[in-house]
Amino acid sequence: MRIKVNGAKCSGCRLCLQICAIENYRDINPKKAALRIEARFPDPGRFQPYVCTQCGKCAEVCPEEAIHRSDNGAYLVDPARCNNCGVCVEACPVRVIFQHPDLGHVIICTFCMKCTELCNTGAIVKWERPAKPAKAAAAREAGV
Amino acid sequence: MADGLAGTTLRINLKTGAIRRLPTDEALFRRWQGGRGVVAKLIYDEVPRDADPLGPKNIFIICAGVMSGAFIPAGSKVGFGSVSPLTNGHGDSNMGGHLGPALKFAGYDLVVFEDISPRPVYLYIDDDTVQLRDASKYWGMRSLACEKALKEDLGQDFEVATIGPAGENGVLFSCITHDFGRQAGRTGQGTVMGSKKLKAVCVRGSKSLRVHDLEALKKQVTGIMLRTQKHPNMEPWQKYGTAFFIQWSNQNAVIPAYNFQTTYYEDTSKIDGDQLVEKCLITHKACFGCWMNCGKYTRAVIPGKPEVHLEGPEYETGALCGSNLGMKDINHVAYLNWLLDDLGMDSMSGGGVIGFAMECFERGLITEADLEGHPLRWGSVDDVEHFLEMVASRRGIGDWFAQGSKRAARKIGRGSEKFAMQVKGQEMSGYDGRWAPGMLLSYMTADIGAHHNRSWTITVDMAEGRESVEGRAKIVVYLQHIRPLFDTWCICRLFWGELDVTPEEIVESLNHITGWGVSLEEVLRTSEMIWNLNRCHYLERNLADGRTFDYPPARSWEDKIPSGPGKGKGLSREQVEQMLDEYYAARGWDSRGNPTRAVLEDLGLADAADNLEKIGRLGEPIPGGIPKVRGEKYKPKAF
Repeated sequence: MRIKVNGAKCSGCRLCLQICAIENYRDINPKKAALRIEARFPDPGRFQPYVCTQCGKCAEVCPEEAIHRSDNGAYLVDPARCNNCGVCVEACPVRVIFQHPDLGHVIICTFCMKCTELCNTGAIVKWERPAKPAKAAAAREAGV
Repeated sequence: MADGLAGTTLRINLKTGAIRRLPTDEALFRRWQGGRGVVAKLIYDEVPRDADPLGPKNIFIICAGVMSGAFIPAGSKVGFGSVSPLTNGHGDSNMGGHLGPALKFAGYDLVVFEDISPRPVYLYIDDDTVQLRDASKYWGMRSLACEKALKEDLGQDFEVATIGPAGENGVLFSCITHDFGRQAGRTGQGTVMGSKKLKAVCVRGSKSLRVHDLEALKKQVTGIMLRTQKHPNMEPWQKYGTAFFIQWSNQNAVIPAYNFQTTYYEDTSKIDGDQLVEKCLITHKACFGCWMNCGKYTRAVIPGKPEVHLEGPEYETGALCGSNLGMKDINHVAYLNWLLDDLGMDSMSGGGVIGFAMECFERGLITEADLEGHPLRWGSVDDVEHFLEMVASRRGIGDWFAQGSKRAARKIGRGSEKFAMQVKGQEMSGYDGRWAPGMLLSYMTADIGAHHNRSWTITVDMAEGRESVEGRAKIVVYLQHIRPLFDTWCICRLFWGELDVTPEEIVESLNHITGWGVSLEEVLRTSEMIWNLNRCHYLERNLADGRTFDYPPARSWEDKIPSGPGKGKGLSREQVEQMLDEYYAARGWDSRGNPTRAVLEDLGLADAADNLEKIGRLGEPIPGGIPKVRGEKYKPKAF
């Protein structure tokens, strides 16, 4: 299971950011969401969501080995081990790992899929991998 | 910090540059429910009655409301308020987008600007950093260019609201623009910003918003959103937004055409929602937290002119700058929408003023000589572009129209007052009320002049009889209490009418957010309190009986609708008077339209009654007493 994005369908409402922070941090604060939407206005006039592609780069570069792949495929951060150094934030190819002054660890997508439930335009949807494509192709498919 | 509130109020003296941080007064927010309620109370208490709306004694308020930013359907709005230079009464206007939530996430519920800055400034807020910064670099820029420049200079994640040249130059219907197409357009709030030399407000916030019961809120709101995803209105709404109603309004004989001369437009199919989607749409664009995405980000392409990008036209602009001006191409309507946005003028009052000027031109009351050698013909986008440049810069007779159609008609005279389509100085929204009596009454009695967001009754009029006026006043009173509540809470109201989310559900959300434990009846009472306070404010500033201000232009009863499905229909003067009589009775006001002590004291506004008494405008006691319940619920259908 993955999250697939289609920028052409995104209307920039940020409900995905809202529900992400609520689900994962019990907090109303879009700055604690593990995805982002780039608004390209006034020109060309387009929203582009970016979500975790499960590429695993964060786990590779983490000097504390605080990021591990879970059963659902998500790369989860261990808050006890993460020292918020930010190496993964810099390494993330789609820049969807965040830091927030309230938190002592980084914010990474948990694949809770709540963003896909509330997205009402089809811009962010659950996506079941049909076969087993190459890793790079999968990242492309995920729409980044 | 109280639940639902960000916790801090800013008081900014623009003359001295002093910025004070105060804890937000929860009691004020609870009693007045935030948004336009808090605005109404503050300007009533703080602005002297003889103060010039564009002078140093007026205050300018930004209020984010108790629900803006919270996890709530379309909790996106932000309210602006001050004494209106257009109506000389209570003025408020709100807009969607992302500014209100950003303000809350930065930690602020309310910003009150006092006095006038000696030089152009903008307000910079980045969480705890609050500064008035020099705006000389941006002064003179058009609205959209200014927003782009500020975002490039400060960061794309800043939410920015700006005014354009019209606001700087004192055009009385200037708007505030945000998010490249969202406007607080009505009552001249952009004009007040300009008078204070405040060019822009830029906000970025990263804090959390605490609510009373997050789990309950999450469950309830998620349920509403998932339920309404399947609502039959969702698909057309997402596809067209409010432009869907251009055809509906034409079919039902309420669309204004040729400056409200008729209610049928023969070329509707050239400017409707289908045309917008087919020819102009770039992307759907939603406000914060909204799953209906009614905003349409578009392009206007006209040979010989640069391609421009805008948000809209929505219904109101589509009607007032489309059929009302005889435009025959959706690109032309979109271009005028962009032009008004970019110059910084309300596209509703703007459409009304242009339509009025076009009819004056058609009748020979203004000529090409007055218009620097240019004509002003129905359907000509070039003519309008030149006219709007005159208005925005207040050149020549552009200065008359820059003051709105009511004041322009006084200058022009020769019977033009009859077709200056405004009440209290504010131009009508995009519905003709001649065959929709409740709608006309809504315009006549709205606290900010002829605006539809206070009460919209067309489906009620259609159901109850479009030629009868009996009983309509009570329904208008009820709607005037419930519809403005959404502006008070700073959330959108469209999902109420279109997706059948009930007011009771919203009040439940409000209680999850604030913990106030209020009922719908209580907040409706608050809304009535706001309504009566604004009425008192209007009378205290304008010093005459209320009834004298409540008349629409004489076209509303003298001219029957000349064409289309409403041909031959119209109201009589007697019916207009009857509606006012019924309305005042339903409100507990006297027949002069002045609030009575009984109703004001019932609402906890004894001070306002004293103030009215001092100026000799307190209503006479009503024989038999005031109605216990003011207003009557009707199954609403809202825009």
